[in-house]
Amino acid sequence: MSSLINQAFQNAKSENRPALLTYTVAGDNTKKRSLEILKSISNYADICELGFPHNTPIADGGQIQTSAYRAIKNGIKINDVFSIAKDFKSKKKNKPIILMGYYNMIFQCNEDKFLEKCKKSKVDGLIVVDLPYPENQSFAAKCKKKGINFIQLVSPTTSEIRLKKIIKDSHDMIYYISMLSTTGGKLKVSPKKILEKYSKIKNQNKSKNVVIGFGITEKTIKSLKKADGLVVGSAICKEISNSINKRQNTVTNVTNIVKRLKNKIK
Amino acid sequence: MKLKRGILLIDQHDQHGFWGGKFGGSFIPETLKKPVEDLTNEFKKLRKDKKFLKKRDHYFKNYIGAPTSFVKLDNLTNQLGGAQIWAKIVSEANGGAHKIYNATVHALICKAMGKKYIVGDTGAGYAGKMLSMAAKKFGLKCKIFMGAKDIKRQKPNCDAMRKNGAEIVPVYSGSQTLVDAVSECMRYWVSNCDNTHMCVGSTVGPNIFVKICGWSTAQISRELKVQLKSEFKKIPNKIKLINCVGGGSSAYGFWSEFIDYDKKQIELIGVEAGGPKNSKLHAAPLSRKTKIGILHGAASYVCQNKEGQINETESISAGLDYPGVSPMHCFLKDTKRARYTYATDEEALNAHQMVTKFENLNPSLEPSHAFAEAIKIAPKLSKDTIIIVNSCGDAKKDRDILRERLGKK
Repeated sequence: MSSLINQAFQNAKSENRPALLTYTVAGDNTKKRSLEILKSISNYADICELGFPHNTPIADGGQIQTSAYRAIKNGIKINDVFSIAKDFKSKKKNKPIILMGYYNMIFQCNEDKFLEKCKKSKVDGLIVVDLPYPENQSFAAKCKKKGINFIQLVSPTTSEIRLKKIIKDSHDMIYYISMLSTTGGKLKVSPKKILEKYSKIKNQNKSKNVVIGFGITEKTIKSLKKADGLVVGSAICKEISNSINKRQNTVTNVTNIVKRLKNKIK
Repeated sequence: MKLKRGILLIDQHDQHGFWGGKFGGSFIPETLKKPVEDLTNEFKKLRKDKKFLKKRDHYFKNYIGAPTSFVKLDNLTNQLGGAQIWAKIVSEANGGAHKIYNATVHALICKAMGKKYIVGDTGAGYAGKMLSMAAKKFGLKCKIFMGAKDIKRQKPNCDAMRKNGAEIVPVYSGSQTLVDAVSECMRYWVSNCDNTHMCVGSTVGPNIFVKICGWSTAQISRELKVQLKSEFKKIPNKIKLINCVGGGSSAYGFWSEFIDYDKKQIELIGVEAGGPKNSKLHAAPLSRKTKIGILHGAASYVCQNKEGQINETESISAGLDYPGVSPMHCFLKDTKRARYTYATDEEALNAHQMVTKFENLNPSLEPSHAFAEAIKIAPKLSKDTIIIVNSCGDAKKDRDILRERLGKK
């Protein structure tokens, strides 16, 4: 049976558009609010990424760091992350959810226990930022066994040989980092160049869904719509921060952004 | 888990970069995979390249000022009774601390790789000061990441960095100390790894950085070995090598040549930062029971909570104020080759006071932790026991803290 993640891409393809992936941090800014945001934006997003916050993130930019610190300060624990995912899935059975974070949290929980919890809360995929190929092979195999997609990242610095091996080893989805940057950086490479690299990856195995992330905002999203999927994270986290600062309704504001993003790629 | 004889500790890791199968590794974002691989290959080549070694030795001697002296602390020995206390005065090195060895080697590697920009992290400011010196010497553009709290408490070193033309990037996230500076430095490298070289300030971080730093500071023990032989005609039968441990770069360098010796002959003692008396925010992952965790690209003992969030730490010495530690020290601990303990802020201050009172020596707060242990154990030991403390930094950078805490001018 095809995974929910695969189905989401098929679905978008049938509508002749890329899939829209959103990233929010679990528990930002409270457990309850983050679930509300997730439920609301999933009306427009095809796949939802949910970050489990870590206080020493080495690949995140300011916006996501701020969201993560806020969640941790508000007492979010890993079990809360799973309960958010579980509550979400009980309402939106067919909407894929991907957990994303750093390996130490998984390591402290214990790999098997962590995957068991993923399974129980019906998590569809996992992205572990600091567990690259080939060190991730045993963990990726465990994920596959449990029917959870292990999603690997590919970057502009990934060598040809690595790229081949990563694609061969990958599950349904591959995440292409558009440029050398932490999350939320300004798009410093032209969309044309990004799409050139993207095609190189895509052409290696057309059955894999390749998404582009990093630097994608309302301004830039349209120019990359040829991809299988596009991930927006920092722009959303930034809106959460802004809404909190202005004491406005985060759920409405964030949903509006996601709605606009979706309209731009239709 | 076993130490191998006849192989440098920096090389005793498996194919994935783990010491003892579980410490170290390279937990890095995909973007850094290639730069780290390139650096690994380059270092593998350079460390065997005779021309490069000649260059290294030339700068160690003529720029850093090797060898640094090895002296007996007669007054302190007489005062305490018991073991003889000696010191290796590494703070005589150009710039005032052992960090210059690592910085110089990184600058040479950066040049060899044709990169023009170099970035680094710093806690006490010594790693940053030295990197800025080396960058200036070799014509590289330099950025130093430093916690906002450390910038305040280590002003003299910050002034030196700026004077050398480096840009200090203040880090306001988290606890605003070394741990956040390292994170921020890595984030910067992720974004600029195509034209920038990164220098990690200690024997921490992804495997290759642990190796380069250890390889650089090993100069200290090479010198000491020669000095011991010329002083005592042979390596004495009862030696204790005491060193402070933050990330663990000076301790590794001080011990490197002596790890193969029997521990009954040469005991290795690492002293971590216990923080203020009764503080729970100590920076002592080895001596105060912590679990293995992944921090800044490597697995080591880490001060963290159950969930894997990294703990804030507290120490009077910015250079030891770090929740993780070198994977090599974790390996030395678990194989029982080295013993680790801690000294509190108060003990370090007392030790500093005592050493400066009796000797013409001005150790910074980091090695003062090591002196605290020496002072504690010396009276109980026999006269033929040789305690050697690595005085790896001088206290010029600590003048504000010392003035405040001890009323020193």
